[in-house]
Amino acid sequence: MIKRVGSFFRGFFNIFVKRKNVRLGIYGPPNAGKSSLANKISKDWIGDEMSSVSNIPHETREIVVKEKIIVRSKGKELSFNLIDTPGIATKIDYEDFLKFKLSAKLAKERAKEATKGVIEAIKWLDNMDCVLVVLDSTQNPYSQVNITIIGNLAARNIPVMIVANKTDLKKSDVKRVESAFPQYPTVGISVEKGKNIEEFYEQLFKLLKK
Amino acid sequence: MLTLQYIPYHEFANLEIDEKLKRILKSVREDKIILIEGRLAPAEESELIKRTMQQIDRKFKGIEIASVDYELKNATIGDTIKRNIAHMLLRKRPGITIVGPATIIKEIRKDPKKIELLTMDKKKK
Repeated sequence: MIKRVGSFFRGFFNIFVKRKNVRLGIYGPPNAGKSSLANKISKDWIGDEMSSVSNIPHETREIVVKEKIIVRSKGKELSFNLIDTPGIATKIDYEDFLKFKLSAKLAKERAKEATKGVIEAIKWLDNMDCVLVVLDSTQNPYSQVNITIIGNLAARNIPVMIVANKTDLKKSDVKRVESAFPQYPTVGISVEKGKNIEEFYEQLFKLLKK
Repeated sequence: MLTLQYIPYHEFANLEIDEKLKRILKSVREDKIILIEGRLAPAEESELIKRTMQQIDRKFKGIEIASVDYELKNATIGDTIKRNIAHMLLRKRPGITIVGPATIIKEIRKDPKKIELLTMDKKKK
């Protein structure tokens, strides 16, 4: 009985906290455009960027949090903390970074930090209230990393929206992304070209209200 | 020479997560490709990625992993419910899982019902 009363109050407290301080995570594989999207959201609503971006994979190797971002849609507003996470991968080889003309020392450091970043990103799954899964719409959406991320979010009952990025590129195939994960809303955007961002914010507002 | 190790469902199903992952990573680090009957749970997959990251070093670059579910052709809602109940009672996750070392498997191309496994050129290993 005491346990039940305790869990009732914990649940009540969680609802209260959730409404006050929603944590919106950005997840996905490396180089899908997670940090670019985080910067876009941060810049659009509070005027400054939050993460550095690069075409070298694993640029984000630590969790980056931007607090109290307020989005407005149709006269209503919602506040949340935005959490940019390192890209999740199953393999990291420092030699891949050498192709981007990094020195061997820097490449090895980057690889070591990247492995830690992946672990952190997975640990933070438990801290999220809702998540944007950012995928490169030119790539095969059925990769195991994507399936593992989405499977873990589903197991935790965390609301998810799929963001199919890079729609400005020729090989982009948003329908393929949609058909891979039909149980979730999918929005095709190009962060770089600012394509379909209004639709994205409308869907984001719906996600945050869940 | 490639070594393919098959793990039937009954050998794996009753192991604790720690044992399962130790067994997978031990085989992969011995340069074996393992074929597991059934799929890992999402929590097992994410834990496998975490442990893989902890073990990455000069020799071990990580893993390639893919799992495929199967669905009955022309299954009715009744068939699907029966199948799900049977799997729930047997605590079975249908399908197959392939895991191998990233130094041997270049890429696993996957569609919902098909897996293509591409290995590295020997020179590039």
